[in-house]
Amino acid sequence: MKERLQQLQQEALEKIEQANDLKALSDVRVAYLGKKGPITEVLRGMGSLSPEERPIMGALVNEVREAIQMALEAKQVKLEQEEVEKKLAKEAIDVTLPGRPIRRGNHHPLTRVIEEIEDLFIGMGYTIAEGPEVEKDYYNFEALNLPKGHPARDMQDSFYITEEILLRTHTSPVQARTMEKHQGRGPVKIICPGKVYRRDNDDATHSHQFTQIEGLVVDENVRMSDLKGTLREFARKMFGEDRDIRFRPSFFPFTEPSVEVDVSCFNCGGHGCNVCKGTGWIEILGAGMVHPNVLEMAGFDSKKYTGFAFGMGPERIAMLKYGIDDIRHFYQNDLRFLQQFDRV
Amino acid sequence: MFVSYKWLQEYVDLTGITAKELADRITKSGIEVESVEVLSKGAKDVVIGHVLEREQHPNADKLSKCLVDIGEGEPVQIICGAPNVAKGQKVAVAKVGAVLPGNLKIKRAKLRGEESNGMICSLQELGVESKVVPKPYADGIFVFPSDAPVGADALELLNLDDEVLELGLTPNRADCLSMIGVAYEVAAILGRSVKLPAIELHENSESVHDYISVRVDAPEDNPLYAGRIVKNVKIGPSPLWMQTRLMAAGIRPHNNVVDITNYILLEYGQPLHAFDYDRLGSNEIVVRRAKNGETIVTLDDTKRTLTEDHLVITNGSEPVALAGVMGGANSEVQDDTTTVFIESAYFTSPVIRQAVKDHGLRSEASTRFEKGIDPARTKEALDRAAALMAEYAGGEVVGGVVEVNTLQPKDVVVTITLDRINNVLGTAITKEEVANILTNLQFMFIEDNGTFTITVPSRRRDIAIEEDIIEEVARLYGYDNLPATLPVGEANPGKLTPYQAKRRHVRRYLEDVGLFQAITYSLTNEEKATMFALETAEPIRLALPMSEERSVLRQSLVPHLLEAASYNRARQVENVALYEIGSVYLATNEHELPNEKERLAGVLTGVWHAHVWQGEKKAVDFYVAKGILDGLFALLGLENRIEYKQAKREHLHPGRTADILLDGKTIGFVGQLHPIVQKEFDLKETYVFELDIEALLKAEVDDIRYTAIPRFPSITRDIALVVDEHIVAGDLEQAIIKAGGELLKDVSIFDVYKGDRLPEGKKSIAFSLRYYDPERTLTDEEVTAVHEQVIKAVEQQFGATLRG
Repeated sequence: MKERLQQLQQEALEKIEQANDLKALSDVRVAYLGKKGPITEVLRGMGSLSPEERPIMGALVNEVREAIQMALEAKQVKLEQEEVEKKLAKEAIDVTLPGRPIRRGNHHPLTRVIEEIEDLFIGMGYTIAEGPEVEKDYYNFEALNLPKGHPARDMQDSFYITEEILLRTHTSPVQARTMEKHQGRGPVKIICPGKVYRRDNDDATHSHQFTQIEGLVVDENVRMSDLKGTLREFARKMFGEDRDIRFRPSFFPFTEPSVEVDVSCFNCGGHGCNVCKGTGWIEILGAGMVHPNVLEMAGFDSKKYTGFAFGMGPERIAMLKYGIDDIRHFYQNDLRFLQQFDRV
Repeated sequence: MFVSYKWLQEYVDLTGITAKELADRITKSGIEVESVEVLSKGAKDVVIGHVLEREQHPNADKLSKCLVDIGEGEPVQIICGAPNVAKGQKVAVAKVGAVLPGNLKIKRAKLRGEESNGMICSLQELGVESKVVPKPYADGIFVFPSDAPVGADALELLNLDDEVLELGLTPNRADCLSMIGVAYEVAAILGRSVKLPAIELHENSESVHDYISVRVDAPEDNPLYAGRIVKNVKIGPSPLWMQTRLMAAGIRPHNNVVDITNYILLEYGQPLHAFDYDRLGSNEIVVRRAKNGETIVTLDDTKRTLTEDHLVITNGSEPVALAGVMGGANSEVQDDTTTVFIESAYFTSPVIRQAVKDHGLRSEASTRFEKGIDPARTKEALDRAAALMAEYAGGEVVGGVVEVNTLQPKDVVVTITLDRINNVLGTAITKEEVANILTNLQFMFIEDNGTFTITVPSRRRDIAIEEDIIEEVARLYGYDNLPATLPVGEANPGKLTPYQAKRRHVRRYLEDVGLFQAITYSLTNEEKATMFALETAEPIRLALPMSEERSVLRQSLVPHLLEAASYNRARQVENVALYEIGSVYLATNEHELPNEKERLAGVLTGVWHAHVWQGEKKAVDFYVAKGILDGLFALLGLENRIEYKQAKREHLHPGRTADILLDGKTIGFVGQLHPIVQKEFDLKETYVFELDIEALLKAEVDDIRYTAIPRFPSITRDIALVVDEHIVAGDLEQAIIKAGGELLKDVSIFDVYKGDRLPEGKKSIAFSLRYYDPERTLTDEEVTAVHEQVIKAVEQQFGATLRG
């Protein structure tokens, strides 16, 4: 019997080894361990054994059964694994085919520039002030030290609607309105982005509608050096940490002193290139100390308060930053243009 | 303003500083030098030649064969094409080997068989602009005065070796519209002194009052009028040096008298006018406002009709000049003029500006009056002009000046402390530095313990207050020396307003779902102004539009978005999804500002989604547009307060348009473009929307509150309702929600059917209803009870039947 058992074990292990799929393995299990299998048969035949032999034989039967069982289980795991692998292999796809496109639009490049500037000044404690685009002559000119008949009004040919109402030519009236709201009490710390209009023929460098961002700080003891520091900070955040700025004297009716502000060229770093036309500097802003007449007209005591103001054109900044060659692109809304500003 | 470097040296010592360096210094201190031009433009080897012989070229009608002495050995033969070349002339000769502007090299040549050893040059060929070349030489060569030395450098004689600085003057710096004004500025920058012209005036024993009298009837427009008589003048060309200076400044020479007035205008910034005394037609000058309808023929031979807004110089009865702008043809100086009346006056800016505007006439004179001249130089300029006319026109200056002077000269005195200067600038400039700057500016001042009392010279009309002095100090101290600091005041945190923050969220949302932000023009034409408008008002029209297309303010953003879509489609970009946030302008009344309202609009056309190799392709339809808006309303927490109502709107598809209501109030629309409008814009099926974004962003919304996450299972029941075709899903849904009460948590539509399997005029809408109680597990019986109520409600309200 012992030999029979050993033979059975060997046979079973061989068959298990040979089983190629789960079905064949199951057949082996039924054949050897099933109720009608040879091992059960051996067990049945144990009745003929002596009581001394029985336990020994019983142990042997169990040993054989366990060995077969273990081999079966091992093989089962192996086959199952193979089965899964086969299935997965069949499921393989071409990962190089295009994915399901996700629609994505984006900001207009001007909004991109404006929001960047807004955030930068918000970080420095400014709030954003907005005002009407159709404006009173008073706020657009008079409150900014440009009385009727002032020669500098020639500088900005305007779209008038009536004698007293026009499309604002700059965002400065928002400054006048904001100061007025403060009723002579500082501090005022705002930036004013928005659309403005001038009587220009549209061409590559002119647009009858464009945008501006102006800034205004009014408080006790605001100095011109603060303007320089603020704008240097702005230039570095906007155009790169190693940028520098310079002031050139200029004239605006609403500021005195007035300056134009150049930023060292972010393309060549100041050595001279075609972006800065060889000068190493790019004119970006107009700025100055708020004219005392402007402060007084808005209800501020110009002996007690001083302020600075600055203004810039998002179109110009965007054109420089992205190398755009024609201002009309901003208002044509050609998707082949707009789509180019689709990433961070 | 064009400034000749050589001429400027007459008033200020420029030793050791080149034109280019000077330009940099001027720019850095406040006046932008826009260009520095070398007049000769690289020309060289052009000399004075003497035309010894001139004969017709044997083989060419239009050419002359000339024998020219150029001061080097034998005279040379030169073929010349100029019609005015003649024997005895002194001319500019570009020798063989010479270079002319444009790098044109002169070589020995044969012209129609005749040898030519050089070229006789016109001024244009030497780089002078045509518009300033004296008229007699406009179509030929330039003829030099007979005393021009043969062989001398012609470019030097023509002052073409000079350099010219073009100043870009801001309106406040009208003082630099004169050579003397520029000299003061340069002197201040360089710390040098100004040398004024010496005037040597010899008057005869006659009295000007025997010749002419002056009356000013409009003293506000003309506070100072002065004049002199110069007799026995001989009209002829002005000296070459004067002509060349005028040309360098952009003024065409005419004759000695006119050139002198222009020369003084450039030198002093004081416009002058020379009348032919014998042609004035009277012995008096009356300055007055013109009468309505009065006319004058000006020097440009144009008849101009005047109004009371214009100032005229008259001979007592009729105008002889449009004051400060242009003289009259009737009293013009001509070749036979012998007696000249020189006018030097101060006209105030507004009346001149009005004339310039009304007549479209801008002259060197009017520009200066418009910007404001220095009346302290008016009489000095007059004297200098008279002296020059004596010297260069052989005239005799009649004794005395006729003058009407109602000016009340008042010194401008500004007092400022050193502390104030430093406090405003953020600097630590010393008393001595400030004193030094004021001295260089030639401002008179007294300094007492850090307080400066400054008397501003009348030439600097731009300086009146402390800040002006601060600016003078700052620009001459140098902005590069200004420290960079940050404001030290009380610090407030910067922040967007809730409206601004939400608006940014809206932009990002729309872009994240696939729309591009557009920015279109606010000005449009009359027709488009009101198209699609949510609210309409009287169109707001520009008083003086540049074109009809941009003449009226828009009341809706949609028309320009459609134009943008159309623009793209015309360029093969068929799939367009654009949105814009911008203002529309609604008139209130003529004297008030319009109501400016912010709107959000969008346009969608073409394919919305395509993933073709997997068989997905979806064109834009109404529900794409609506879905985008649904998402927007959900983003703003308003989804349960929004309602869509079938609507008819002009320019939109009558069956595919919905009004959008917030809390029952219409705040926008979404719909398909009407096929007719679609065709007008050359578009395919297109959907548009416009919303009152202010209403959306200003609606009060509760903050987010956490609600417990479901712990019990929910039960879902589906029903398919058969109803009349005209019943809309939204109404059914509302009824279901109402009947479902607390337990009904979700209703969604999963099928809509209309067709053969239903009776004519019917449709079926299938809803999925989810019931849930946060406190416990619902039983089937409880759900059934509520569900029955729902079914009953729709049966009763809409005659709905359950689809079998």
